[in-house]
Amino acid sequence: MSDQSSYFVPASSRLPIWMAFGLMLFVLGAGYTINDLDKPDSNSYWILIAAFAVIFSVFFFWFGEVIKENDKGMYSDQLNRSFVMGMQWFIFSEVMFFFAFFLALGYVRIFAVPWLGGEGEKAITNMLWPGFEATWPVMQTPDQSLFQGPKENMNFPGFANVGHWLPFWNTLCLVTSSGTITIAEHALKKGNRTTFKFWMVMTLILGFTFVYLQGLEYYEAYDHMGLTLGAGIYGTTFFLLTGFHGFHVCLGAIILTIMTIRGFRGAFTKDDHFGLAAGSWYWHFVDVVWILLVLVVYVF
Amino acid sequence: MSAVIDSHSDDHHHGPAKGITRWLYTTNHKDIGTLYLWFSFLMLFLGGAMAMVIRAELFEPGSQIVSPEFYNQMLTNHGLIMVFGAVMPAFVGLANWIIPMQIGAPDMALPRMNNLSFWILPVAFGILISTFFMEGGGPNFGWTFYAPLSTTYAPPTVTFFIFAVHIMGASSIMGSINIITTILNMRAPGMTFMKMPLFTWTWLITAYLLIAVMPVLAGAVTMMLMDIHFGTSFFNAAGGGDPVLFQHVFWFFGHPEVYIMILPAFGIVSHIIETFSRKPIFGYTSMVYAIASIAILSFIVWAHHMFTVGMPIAGELFFMYTTMLIAIPTGVKVFNWLSTMFKGSISFETPMLFSIAFVALFTIGGLSGLMLAIAPADFQYHDTYFVVAHFHYVLVPGAIFGIIAGVYYWLPKWTGNMYDEVLGKTHFWMSFISVNITFFPMHFVGLAGMPRRIPDYALQFADFNMVISIGAFIFGLTQLLFLFIILKSIFAGKQATSEVWEGAKGLEWTVASPAPYHTFETPPEVK
Ligand code: HEM
Ligand SMILES: [Cu+2]
Repeated sequence: MSDQSSYFVPASSRLPIWMAFGLMLFVLGAGYTINDLDKPDSNSYWILIAAFAVIFSVFFFWFGEVIKENDKGMYSDQLNRSFVMGMQWFIFSEVMFFFAFFLALGYVRIFAVPWLGGEGEKAITNMLWPGFEATWPVMQTPDQSLFQGPKENMNFPGFANVGHWLPFWNTLCLVTSSGTITIAEHALKKGNRTTFKFWMVMTLILGFTFVYLQGLEYYEAYDHMGLTLGAGIYGTTFFLLTGFHGFHVCLGAIILTIMTIRGFRGAFTKDDHFGLAAGSWYWHFVDVVWILLVLVVYVF
Repeated sequence: MSAVIDSHSDDHHHGPAKGITRWLYTTNHKDIGTLYLWFSFLMLFLGGAMAMVIRAELFEPGSQIVSPEFYNQMLTNHGLIMVFGAVMPAFVGLANWIIPMQIGAPDMALPRMNNLSFWILPVAFGILISTFFMEGGGPNFGWTFYAPLSTTYAPPTVTFFIFAVHIMGASSIMGSINIITTILNMRAPGMTFMKMPLFTWTWLITAYLLIAVMPVLAGAVTMMLMDIHFGTSFFNAAGGGDPVLFQHVFWFFGHPEVYIMILPAFGIVSHIIETFSRKPIFGYTSMVYAIASIAILSFIVWAHHMFTVGMPIAGELFFMYTTMLIAIPTGVKVFNWLSTMFKGSISFETPMLFSIAFVALFTIGGLSGLMLAIAPADFQYHDTYFVVAHFHYVLVPGAIFGIIAGVYYWLPKWTGNMYDEVLGKTHFWMSFISVNITFFPMHFVGLAGMPRRIPDYALQFADFNMVISIGAFIFGLTQLLFLFIILKSIFAGKQATSEVWEGAKGLEWTVASPAPYHTFETPPEVK
């Protein structure tokens, strides 16, 4: 709260307004693209592509600016603490985003589905779809003609078959990668750059393996198991929870890739490597979410 | 600690740049605060215009002026614009202006992100409003956008509505991260937590609430998007989901949200009451604990908005009792304000008038809230004008009076000039009287059974509705006077001193009026 160095207040900057512009393009592009999904000749996705181009360039220049300022020694300890806190609260907001989806899953499993199946104090009690049986995963949806239930599900197949169960390998990858990135960070703090680079690359390999396996799992779900977004509430919660998690793994992997490249180009010092540290917190965060997810989406 | 104000580009004399780029590129907390405040004022008039359309339609029974479809669009956008466009940005604007000065910081912690959180707001609202001109018209499912109205039966523009809400959420989250970080990291040496001014305290907790619930709202609209376009069945019982799930997710956001809209007003009013009573606030510590407990409780009461959807009895009881618990810390605050005024040497300048009215009228809203909290009674009140009366009492003479009081209180610090006291008092009395003419009779028609969200009503409600509409028109017009008063203070007001108010305490009153472009480049010592 009170060290003696100075707090850097940047001069006016063009970056944020460009970012706002990029986000505007994004909303327009995404909105029109999604609304035109059934019109194959629509070309609104070009707006979306332009949006991504603007947003990514702004990120590039923005972080470039921050790195430059940091290298010039303009950042005090206090300002670095602002970055640390900013990142921590950002991760907290991400936690709450996932919380909404976990809440939905919990509500559906504990209340909605059993009620539809007739349980509870005379709530909906099986009046809407007599004969619907409440099970989890929901393999037969209440209205099979609107939402064709899946043929198979992703649940834990028992320890004997665990080797054929992709989530097991996924868990292995992600948990290990949380370890490897910690080793990399420790190495960097000790000034051991070769070890640092090695374990960063390992982390990336594990991270991208996870993404690959997750893709494989989705492919199997759609191709062999009849498990789709439209397969009723099980497919809905399965894909949204694992999907948003997978999206965050991708983001984390991109961040870490950039950090690794910067590491190879000689960035970061023993006690000044906030970008890497932030990326690593983010990585631990997606790891923790994954463990929760394995428990409530796959196992129980 | 001191601050380096980077001045390599257009910032040469530590003053603002010239022209439009000053506002587009700024990183200065005062500029950004000003932008927020003007934006929110614009939205207040836009949302207000929509309210005028609503009240014109309801002036007499029968279908008069607009079609029911358009009425629904007005109603929905009035709510959305007032909540997300007027009240919330006004508080963020005040936070930007005041918090760094109250804690002796040179600026907000992350100035460039600060600019970004403002400039995406016009983007979000521009897109929201543009849906009116698209095929299918604007959102028409109420500001609470319950599924399946907002999914199965929504106009195609709902996609843009969803993304607009995402952007509003992003703005709030970034703004809150900035505010929390500023408060936690940038207080002047010696300013411990229990010496922090109450406005800063309320914002610390509000920002925490925002970061906790805005992502949940983002989750809710994302589920809608998936249900509408990608075949999922979150809110569709045919696939095993449940429309009631939408309400749970929405109100998990929604109830903390209503406290987000009132806590900063608590802070403002506390400052004003202590200043004009010339006494330190009574029970500072209990104020802080009351705010914190309101915030914590606000996470476990959400289903009091859903008593009638069909919940198990245990749920009804749980949410009924937790809701009533909130009345305790709220009562503590009201008690503290009254005790601060007790035996004070009070003077009644405009900010004080608005604050006293706040205490009285907010309490009325709190009491009707207690009535609604009684689950069996709510079966009668729910979805009637009684609910409309309740939330307008807490939001208009509550949140908005709080904002207006704050604007009068700090305006001389911003513009360097006093506002016209006679006009200010006129503004107050006209607002005070018309707000009650507008919202008090709503209790009666509500109890008599008039449903909310309808463009037409049964004949026996006609007289009261005409009274309500007349009150609303007066209230609407009166706010034009507010605009005039502000402009007059900027361009033709009497020079204000730096203390501005006799007895005003706090660091923001130690700097000159108008506050220089950069303040507290070297932090003050707080004893
Ligand atoms: C003592 C404190 C309060 C209690 C006990 C309370 C209780 C309630 C209850 C039970 C309802 C649901 C009524 C129904 O739909 O049947 C309600 C609605 C509402 N309350 Fe409160 N409330 C309190 C304070 C506040 C405050 C401080 C605000 C905002 C500043 C607020 C804003 C609202 C809004 C906006 C709604 C209606 C939402 C809608 O359905 O559109 N309330 N309140
Ligand atoms: Cu509530």
